[in-house]
This record gives sequence, C-alpha cells and structure tokens, in this order.
Amino acid sequence: MGDNIKLTVDGQGVEVTKGTTVLQAAKVAGIEIPTLCFLEKINEIGACRVCMVQVQGWRGLQASCVLPVQEGMVIRTNTPEIRQARRVNIELILSNHPNNCLTCGRNTTCELQKLASDLHVNADAYKGEKSEWPLDLSNPSLIRDPNKCILCRRCVAVCHQVQSVGALSPVERGFGSVISPDANRQLAEAACAYCGQCAAVCPTGALAEVDNTEIVFKAIGDKKHVVVQVAPAVRVAIGEEFGLARGAISTGQMVTGLRMLGFSAVFDTDFAADLTILEEAHELIERVKWGGKLPLITSCSPGWVKFVEHFYPEFLPNLSSCKSPQQMLGALIKSYYATDVVKLPLEQIYSVSVMPCTAKKYEASRAEMGHGNVQDVDAVLTTRELARMFRIAGIDLARLPAGEFDMPLGMSTGAGVIFGASGGVMEAALRTAFEWIAGVPLEKLDLVAVRGLEGVKEAQIAIPNLGLVKVAVANGLGNARSLLERIKDKEVEYHFVEIMACPGGCLGGGGQPRSRYEDNVSTKQARLESIYKIDRELPLRRSHENPAVKKLYAEYLGSIGGEKAHHLLHTTYVARGRFPWRNK
Amino acid sequence: MTDQCKCCSFKETDPRWLELERILEPCRGDTGALIQALHKAQDLFGFVSPEVQEKVAEVLNVPLSEVYGVATFYSLFSLKPRGENKIGVCLGTACYVRGAAQVLAELEKQLNIKLNDTTQDGKFTLEITRCIGACGLAPVITINEDVYGRLQPDKIKEILDKY
Repeated sequence: MGDNIKLTVDGQGVEVTKGTTVLQAAKVAGIEIPTLCFLEKINEIGACRVCMVQVQGWRGLQASCVLPVQEGMVIRTNTPEIRQARRVNIELILSNHPNNCLTCGRNTTCELQKLASDLHVNADAYKGEKSEWPLDLSNPSLIRDPNKCILCRRCVAVCHQVQSVGALSPVERGFGSVISPDANRQLAEAACAYCGQCAAVCPTGALAEVDNTEIVFKAIGDKKHVVVQVAPAVRVAIGEEFGLARGAISTGQMVTGLRMLGFSAVFDTDFAADLTILEEAHELIERVKWGGKLPLITSCSPGWVKFVEHFYPEFLPNLSSCKSPQQMLGALIKSYYATDVVKLPLEQIYSVSVMPCTAKKYEASRAEMGHGNVQDVDAVLTTRELARMFRIAGIDLARLPAGEFDMPLGMSTGAGVIFGASGGVMEAALRTAFEWIAGVPLEKLDLVAVRGLEGVKEAQIAIPNLGLVKVAVANGLGNARSLLERIKDKEVEYHFVEIMACPGGCLGGGGQPRSRYEDNVSTKQARLESIYKIDRELPLRRSHENPAVKKLYAEYLGSIGGEKAHHLLHTTYVARGRFPWRNK
Repeated sequence: MTDQCKCCSFKETDPRWLELERILEPCRGDTGALIQALHKAQDLFGFVSPEVQEKVAEVLNVPLSEVYGVATFYSLFSLKPRGENKIGVCLGTACYVRGAAQVLAELEKQLNIKLNDTTQDGKFTLEITRCIGACGLAPVITINEDVYGRLQPDKIKEILDKY
C-alpha cells in the first residue's frame, strides 16, 4: 500500500493508487466529472477541456483526465469558474455545430447533447462561421458527417491504436481541420475495414451506420415475402436499448417483435453458423490431411476479411473459402427456401439480416455474394437499427412474450450461438472436427482456453487419429495484425486460427448498442456470459447434431464440401492492397 | 527541371524515385521518423505529391491518412509543386497595417496568380508568411532568402524583374 496517494476532492478524502488520474479519483469520491473526448485507455488526451478542475495553489484550470494524482492535492471540481469554463467550451463547440438535434440519428443518445443539457448551456452563445463539409455517403456501411464532428479524436484512436487500420486521421489545421481518410478520399476509396468501431465510439452523429430501416419498412409495406435472420450477438445486446440489464437474453422477445414488424419468417443465423462449422471443419480436415495451406483462418468476419484483403493479401490463400453464416443463410433463402420450402419466385422474396456489425452491410453488397442479379442478402440492419425499428413501431421489447424462430432455418445448436463471442467459431469447429476425426464423443465440450475478452488466445488439442492441433484466436484487428506478423516471422505455427475484427468478437461489434456504461469491458463481459449460458442450456451443442442441417444436406445440398455446397456456400476474395486506387 | 511536368505526378522513370528509396530505407518501419522523412522527400522533389506520401507511408509503415494529416498540418510542407522562387508576403500585424494587403494584391496582379499558386512558367510561388521580425521595414516581402522592405505596390515590378 506504499504506493497509495491521499488527496481531497471537493472536501472528501480519497485514497487511490499512484498513477490514478484526478478524473478517476473523483469517481471514487462519487463525483462524475463530465468528459467528452475521453475514452478510457484509448483516448486520454485532454483535448476537449470539459473535464477541467481546480488544483489548490495551481494557476488556471487543469484537464482532470490527464492529471495524475499527487500526495496532498486539494481538488475542486465544482466552482463558478469551473462551471463557466466547461460551459464556454461546450458553447464554442456548438458555435460550429449544425445543432439540428431533432432530426439527428443521435438525438437523445448524443454525448454533446447530454453535456449541453447537463451544463445548461446556451446553444447560440457564439455566432460565427460554420464548417460546411460534404457528407461521405460513399459506402454501404458507414456515413461520415464531418459537420457534426467535434474533433475529439476518439475514432482516430480506435482506428489506429485498437484496429491498426488508420483509415481516419485529423487532416489540415485550424478551422479547416477535419477527420478524414487519406488525401481527402472518401471511405470507400480508402483502406477501411468498415468495422464501425469508429461509429461505436463517436460521441455525436459524425460517424454512424448507414440506416436501412426505411428500406426494410418499405419492403415489408410492398407486401413482399420479407424474411429476416438474426445473428447470435444481437439477442444478448438489444435488450440494453429497452432498459433491460446488460447481457439480458432476449431471443424470444426479439423474435416476437420481428413478427410484429411484419416479417413473414424469422430465421436464426445460428442455423447457418452450424452449417459453416460443417463446411469449415471439413475444409480444415482436408487441408490437414492433404497438405493444404495452413493455418486455416476463419472468414466469418467481413471487417477482418477486408482488412486482410488490404493489408495482408499474402494470407488470402489461408482464409477459409466458406461464406459467413449471414451469406450462407442468405444463399439458402434465395435457393432452397424459395424453391423447396415456401415455393415462391425469387423476385417476391426479400431477405433481411440483423447483425451486430456495420461491415456486414458491405459484405452483403459484394459481387461475390450472389448469383447473377440476385444478392444473397438484400438489406442488413445493425442491432441499433432494429431497436430503432421497434421504437418507430411502438414495440417495447421488454414487455413482449417469447416467440420461436421459424423452421427449418431457425433450428440451431449451442455451437452456432457461440459464434457471437471471440473464440466461439474455433470452439464450435473443434467440437465437430474432434468427433469426426477421433470417431468418439468429445467428453468436455467447453474449450475454456479460447474463451474470454483477451486479445489473443492459444490452445492445443490432442485429437486421436490426427495428433496435436494448435490453434489461436484473435479479436480486434490490432491483435490480428500482431498475430499475423508472428505467423509470418515463423515465431508461431498453428493449424487453425480464428479472427474477429471487433474487440471481444461480434458481441463488441460496431453495430451494437452503444454502452450506457462507461465501463465498456463489463458490458462485453455480460454479453459474453449470456452467449455461453445459451450454449450451456441448449440440448444440442454440436453443429453436426443439428437435425435441420442434416436434413438440408440429405435432401438438397448433397455432401459436405460437395459441388452444390461449394456453389452456394463458398466464396472468393480480392487482393486490394493498402492503396486500393492503384488497382484501377 | 524545365521539361518536368509541374502539375501532377512524376514519371516512374524519374531517377529521384530511386534516390527517395535510398533516403527512406534507413527509416524503414520507423513510424517516429515521419516528419524527418517528409522533409527529406520535400527537399528532393520540392513538394510532397500524393505518390511521395504513399511511398513514405509504405516504407515507414504509417497509415497514409496520418502522412497526409502531418503534411497538411505543418505549413512548411507543400502539397503542390512550388516555383523556382518562393515569395513570402508578411501579413504580420505591422506589415498588415502598413499596407501588406495592397502589396499582395499587386503581386497577384503582376504574376497573374492567386495566393498559394505557382506561375505557369514555374518561376514564382506566392505565399504568405508570419512576422519575420523586420517590423521596422514594414511592409516586407521575402523572395527566397532576400528581404525587401518599406514596399510600395509600384516597386513590385522592378523587384520581380531581378529573378
């Protein structure tokens, strides 16, 4: 305890460890100092000057987020001078802000708006020149509206430090400063993964998902046969938007809500996750047996796929040729479901998916993800957009009775649901690969070594008839990059590698509800525990036991890894490079 | 120099590309060497073109957005080709109140270009500069390393003719 430091915050004694900031120390004393640019451990730069405090005996005000505590410090966080300074800072930001809150996508969830309200500012205090930037509507995943940007640099910090992508940086200077891709290109032209982590941390409406809610409402209104699939990570997060606890499992209510919105059938992406496992485990075994390219690397995460296409094209032969579960289910809806189940012409079917992910919107638009003019998936909604649709329709998720997914594409196992957490695809694939190769049941289904929020995880599994299988799991593109570098330098060797673009896997996806809690890690932890709870409580926990998947192969697809499966369920990739415009 | 296109990229066969690679090689993977690398590149080419930025980004392993951000933040980096002679018009307070704006207007008229542009023949680039500490001579312009003080718009032509 020798490293503890005692200080006083607003008259209260606080004891904290050395290196703690005044912002954190105040929290211990029960005081929430307002912040705007601050993002714990990622963006602690004292840029916005909202978290100002007074240190007795010091001149001027200090930014508490970057001020380490000192022994005997006497801090005031609430004086007329401090309140005035914070207010003026917000008023100056608002002087160059559109202030069209009522029609902004972040209305009521905007951090700038909340501060303006909490600090009781006058939005018209300063009149001056306003920036006029064109919107970046260049891509299917993310919208950039630099007019709403307050230059807090959270997106830059996440994009560079967490994701190691660097698609956005502050460019130009002074009043001309803007957060932008290189050389004022739009996002579509830049080497951006579309992971949406920037939009997940943006305090305002400057970075947001492309909103497809109206397109989907229209499709439903057009009396088409509109079907929807829902990814595993959505069911453990959407409840947060309706006042439920973090990680609340709302699968049943969500299904009911989707039916109330008017979807003709509600399917589970977990079904296709089981299908992915069969195809991918088959691919793994083939590659190990016949000396194919190893490590086999997963391809479910479209942000990861785009990242590798831009930055590590030499690894493209390592990627599994399997489409992601979203695209597999989409392809089946436009083939098997259309011809054999609902018996409707393709132009009457409209296929929607709900994903925790902004990159999924882009994935669905890829030319590889369809046949001829028919795309596998017609519209992708993020978790946030589905919550928006529920609110528009007056559907209070928390009060709905539980419904059931439609069959057969709603049948799934525990192996399918854990796709939503980092390590889940690996665990699910090994459950199946082990039993296929060893010919005996796997005693312990829980592969704990690859679970959890840690950035890179490793495990070794002895499989009878095969030997020791070495695997690794990475989540977050920065962790993926360092893992790839180690594989490249031959420091490590694996048979199978799972990579998810977002920290924590899909449950931390760029399309998930923005955490109401500053403590983002415990929100992810709660979602993660719920995912494994669903798995634990399901009667079937191995993908190859899914009866609907078995039936699908028997009656429609033929053999696993066979010709029809390849035609519908597999894909190819494109080497894009860091400077994609050079390819043109 | 004269047959070199000044408005766009350099030919791939330009020997300066090899020189740039040689200069950048010691900084390979060194993300902290960005400003230094941009300076060297600008010394070589006279400005940092998009192609030069890409090369720097590639060798140093820095995102291109960051290279562009740094190149546009520091006014000493130019993203456009600059002329043989760089004219700096001081717009510091003293020069300003003593008629720098009229001097600037006359320069624009004589050279037939706007501020921050370069003449067609590549001879002059017109820029503004902050106070150079010669307020007693206000208004002041610099051409390369030369300083001209107590200027009147009617003296401009005579000065330009020297270059």
